[in-house]
Amino acid sequence: MADNLRGAAAIVGIGELKPERTRPGRDAMSLLAEASYLAIQDAGLTKADIDGMIFDPELAIGSGGGYVPKMAEYMGIYPTWATGCDAQGAAAVAMALQAAAYVDAGLANYVLCGMSAAIDPDVPRRPAAPARQETATTEFQVPFGPTVGANGWYAMIAKRYEALYGATVEKRAKICVDLRYNANHNPMAIWHDKPITIEDVVNSRIVADPLHLLECVMPCAGGCAFVVTRADLVQNSPHKPAYVLGGGLGILRGNLTHVGEITESPVGGAAKKAFAMSGYGPKDVQAMEIYDSFTITVMCELEESGFCEKGTAADWIQEHDLTFKGDMPLNTHGGQLSYGQASTAGGCAQVTEAVRQIRRDGGEHQVPGPTDLIYVTGSGGSFSQQSALMLASDAAL
Amino acid sequence: MVTDGEYKKPLPMPSFTSRPFWDAAKDHRLTFQRCRLCGTNVFYPRDVCPGPDCFGVGTLDWVVSSGKGSVYAFTVSYQPAHPAFKEDIPYVLAIIALEEGWRMNSNIVNGDPAEIAIGMPVEVVWDDVTSEFTLPKFQLADRTA
Repeated sequence: MADNLRGAAAIVGIGELKPERTRPGRDAMSLLAEASYLAIQDAGLTKADIDGMIFDPELAIGSGGGYVPKMAEYMGIYPTWATGCDAQGAAAVAMALQAAAYVDAGLANYVLCGMSAAIDPDVPRRPAAPARQETATTEFQVPFGPTVGANGWYAMIAKRYEALYGATVEKRAKICVDLRYNANHNPMAIWHDKPITIEDVVNSRIVADPLHLLECVMPCAGGCAFVVTRADLVQNSPHKPAYVLGGGLGILRGNLTHVGEITESPVGGAAKKAFAMSGYGPKDVQAMEIYDSFTITVMCELEESGFCEKGTAADWIQEHDLTFKGDMPLNTHGGQLSYGQASTAGGCAQVTEAVRQIRRDGGEHQVPGPTDLIYVTGSGGSFSQQSALMLASDAAL
Repeated sequence: MVTDGEYKKPLPMPSFTSRPFWDAAKDHRLTFQRCRLCGTNVFYPRDVCPGPDCFGVGTLDWVVSSGKGSVYAFTVSYQPAHPAFKEDIPYVLAIIALEEGWRMNSNIVNGDPAEIAIGMPVEVVWDDVTSEFTLPKFQLADRTA
């Protein structure tokens, strides 16, 4: 018997809500519940089968804590193992690894994982300032005018990357264009109906120099969930299982500003662990779902993951066809850049897309070549924490 | 400086630990912490030393910075999170590397954003935004006030 997680567990159910600009009348709990119900049914299970649960504490804001039991009660599902996973955009991948460890350890048989984000124009949005007094943010960021979301932080990473390595928007734009092509073949993607060109990206307005609008994700409302089970239980699943072969989560910093070289993304250590446990390397990967909050995020993750040398990702992406039908399929559902980002559910949709591809269930955007081994990443904060995951069909076990 | 009632941008919310930074800033002194056990320079202010292999608690002393450094990274923002910054667009957010070997966020002011490049020397300038708070900002070092 293996001494680690490799092949111990598999994702056997997925549930995805189509990202929308707004979902009036829907709150985060109802969206997560809907995605959860889809995932549980997709796994061929009943509510009573779900004995493990991991949710993202983003939902906890304003709820007075105890969000997991509140979600359990809301849905009528009562697990005997449940916890949160607070890893921002790295959470979905982390949940897959946690769930795999939990089922392998006998803490649960079927673990439901998921997250959601609500955007209801008639409901006041939560305040921009953090409720807690957290020195680094409230005193030493906010008074100087940070931009909306993470745009300004990643713009600073991109600006420094440009100074160190080149890679202006003209080169970065290929990520946007190839991923948009994928989205144009995915009816669930928010930008399904709108193709773009390199010129469109370059001409899109600058939000924070040097990042242009089309290099940044658009916040959406939606939700995403999946169910993990132990390898000896997969025969009950109606779908081809996606096995967890290995992974990790690395932290380099808490805020962008103070620690280390800011163009270094934290995925390196996690990627090494993912590859080592899986027994495969970057050259074996047949498709990848790389957390794409921004173009620069993808570029640095590719480098630290070992697909190309540091500083060369802009050339690497020119040399490869990143579309689902290309030689290096990347973000086959359109990426968060063109599929949409429902907060941390954006990272979850990358996990479920990998499962979809392994099942050969990608429809119009199915990778035609083999999809037995897929590399997935998650990213949180400002190059703060990143996770890596190797998913495989039984052919790659 | 505008009257306190006219300043609409978010002000710092100092803690017991960070209050000395803001007191010094009001006197136009830029300060940071240094651990007396291991010598690590620390910013933002805190109660414990983040130095590798150092378990210092309450071992951080305040040090006055020269206020000189360089542009480590920056962006020209067109999309502030807080509406009070709209009047400043295009304004510069930056990570400044101070010459003592620590970094902080600030704005680069008193010049054309197009002239800024990573690595350029900068020096601190003081923005007395209200009667209670002064913010440290930076300008390119070849500039006179």
